[in-house]
Amino acid sequence: MSELLKITGLRVSAEDKEILHGVDLTINEGETHVIMGPNGAGKSTLGAAIMGSPEYAITGGSIVFDDNDITEETPDKRAKHGIFLSFQNPIEIPGITLSSFLRSAYEQITGERIKLFEFKKKLGAAMDILQLDKSYADRELNVGFSGGEKKKAEILQLLVLRPKLAILDETDSGLDVDAVKTVSAGIKAYKEQTGGSLLIITHNTKILEALIVDKTHIIADGKLAAEGGAELIDEVAEHGFENYTG
Amino acid sequence: MKEKTQVADINRSLYDFRYDEDESSFLDSGITPGIIREISAEKGDPEWMTEFRLHSLEIYNRLKMPDWGPDISGLNMDNIVAYIRPKKGMQSDWNEVPDDIKETFEKLGIPQAERESLAGVGAQYDSELVYHNVRKEVAESGVVYTDLESAMHDERYAEMIRSHFMKLVPPTDHKFAALHGAVWSGGSFVYVPAGVKLEIPLQSYFRLNAKGAGQFEHTLIIVEDNAYLHFIEGCSAPKYYEASLHAGCVELYVGNNSTLRYSTIENWSKNMYNLNTKRATVGEGGKVEWVSGSFGSHVSYLYPMSILNGRGARAEFTGITFAGEGQNLDTGAKIVHNAPETSSYMNTRSISKSGGISTFRSAVTINENAVGSKSAVSCESLMLDSISRSDTIPSMVVKTDKADVGHEARIGRISDEAVFYLMSRGLDENAAKALIVSGFADNVSKELPLEYAVEMNNLINLEMKGSIG
Repeated sequence: MSELLKITGLRVSAEDKEILHGVDLTINEGETHVIMGPNGAGKSTLGAAIMGSPEYAITGGSIVFDDNDITEETPDKRAKHGIFLSFQNPIEIPGITLSSFLRSAYEQITGERIKLFEFKKKLGAAMDILQLDKSYADRELNVGFSGGEKKKAEILQLLVLRPKLAILDETDSGLDVDAVKTVSAGIKAYKEQTGGSLLIITHNTKILEALIVDKTHIIADGKLAAEGGAELIDEVAEHGFENYTG
Repeated sequence: MKEKTQVADINRSLYDFRYDEDESSFLDSGITPGIIREISAEKGDPEWMTEFRLHSLEIYNRLKMPDWGPDISGLNMDNIVAYIRPKKGMQSDWNEVPDDIKETFEKLGIPQAERESLAGVGAQYDSELVYHNVRKEVAESGVVYTDLESAMHDERYAEMIRSHFMKLVPPTDHKFAALHGAVWSGGSFVYVPAGVKLEIPLQSYFRLNAKGAGQFEHTLIIVEDNAYLHFIEGCSAPKYYEASLHAGCVELYVGNNSTLRYSTIENWSKNMYNLNTKRATVGEGGKVEWVSGSFGSHVSYLYPMSILNGRGARAEFTGITFAGEGQNLDTGAKIVHNAPETSSYMNTRSISKSGGISTFRSAVTINENAVGSKSAVSCESLMLDSISRSDTIPSMVVKTDKADVGHEARIGRISDEAVFYLMSRGLDENAAKALIVSGFADNVSKELPLEYAVEMNNLINLEMKGSIG
């Protein structure tokens, strides 16, 4: 299995304060990785840094994706290489419908024009998986969506854009039991339809029940504190993070 | 209309092309009684109009330059050419319009728009209308759409013009209204008889081609009772290095239970001083709807005013302003509630980038007699970088306690987080920002006539391209 993402010695700062102090992480094609860790450990920072958020500065190390060094690249280039980040707090963009936005994103990423009819078909199929009412396609992007609807809309984008690597940042937070089920069905569908890789940042083990996890990483205080297989998830569920924090 | 990020680039030369003028067609620059008499004679004014012009000039000389808004010291009135003789008289057959002028309007898409979606078209080139045409069935309904000069000489309308011309905007209003009274030329006269509802719009397009010139067109629209009209006005000019001046005047008379929708897209070149005055009076149960897009010009002073004179009269103002590098656009709207149960709504968006300044002034007056009136003002501004400026200056004078008044203003910068969000989905920085700006403007741009909404999105994309990197 070949390497898809290779992060080496990554140091990341926000406003001159270092948050990640040298993180290594390798994800192979088709693998599902989980990142867990206490609040403020730097989990979301890692996800945002892989996507290229301007909020964070990379001060050391490198990120290689699909044989491209993307450490210095802008987020749109990273998206075109096949990276997707599902936001913890998706942004509301007034005046643009979900459907028209997603269609332009699709065309940008694939570099191909898509006929409206064909696009609607793809979008409709993805909406069915997520049990999203079709009227959401014509609503303004995330505007007035509930927390759960925003998360579903992120997974909807994931299903339509079909990236090679999907980073899901706390996609399950704030969701009720039914919504967690729907969202994890969406994630499973992504996996089945594309064979893509996943990097799931979470507090919650429920979202992982439907998935086969290859590796688990625990981040504490800006460093990798432990690595293991799926069994690590159960351990954390039982004991929390007390063994990993200083 | 939803594919906002996919709008193809347009070439700015769409507006920047120009034709050389034969200098002999210019009257001398500057404004003197001699020049005024010359313009008046050239145009064959009736005697009262010659007097009106000379009287306006006296007022002009008496009044001071405005000192409360953007700097207009770059405007040297002695260098402005107030009138340019037309090459040929006004035509109603497109084929008869001189070639270079015809080509200008064809590039701007005017004859095409007429064929497709308009009831009538007027095209003004420099000082005079060069083309005018109204569909037969529209003319048969009694609607009059012509230039003011012809109407003034037509005995059916002469008295109507005399009793309405610059009565809403008197020359004493301000210095540039006085200037307009003295040197006005061209523009439109529209008369909609009682009971006539014109479903498709009338349009006029103003094009200032000559350098260092002034355009002073006058638009006078009278809509009688129980009628409907949508009037569209577009303006553009090529870029010269000399300052040009636009001091037009629009007077709208809206009858009882009538609606007049007045849409403007102004895209003057960025050396233009746009000092335009627009005003409407609305009768009982009538409504005026202003839709206004301001993109061009170096400096603009533009505050369309609605005077609600009849019980239940309404005014709606929807506006968007986009101020880029070197632009200071001072826009807004004024509403006077002068009868009971009148209502007004103002909804505006302003965008500034690359050091552009946009200022929004709203002035709402509710008089003692306007009991049971309502007014709501909502204005939002978006600054695309830290060197641009946006100000909101609201004024409300409420003289009765039986009125409902609301004001809401929001000023913000484009959010880095939103740009990152869109970029993470494959849009480059320009496209992400353009999408946010189009979305911000959407509420307003969907009010614009379709071809102008497309043009506006083109402009936004074009402006965004220049603004980053």
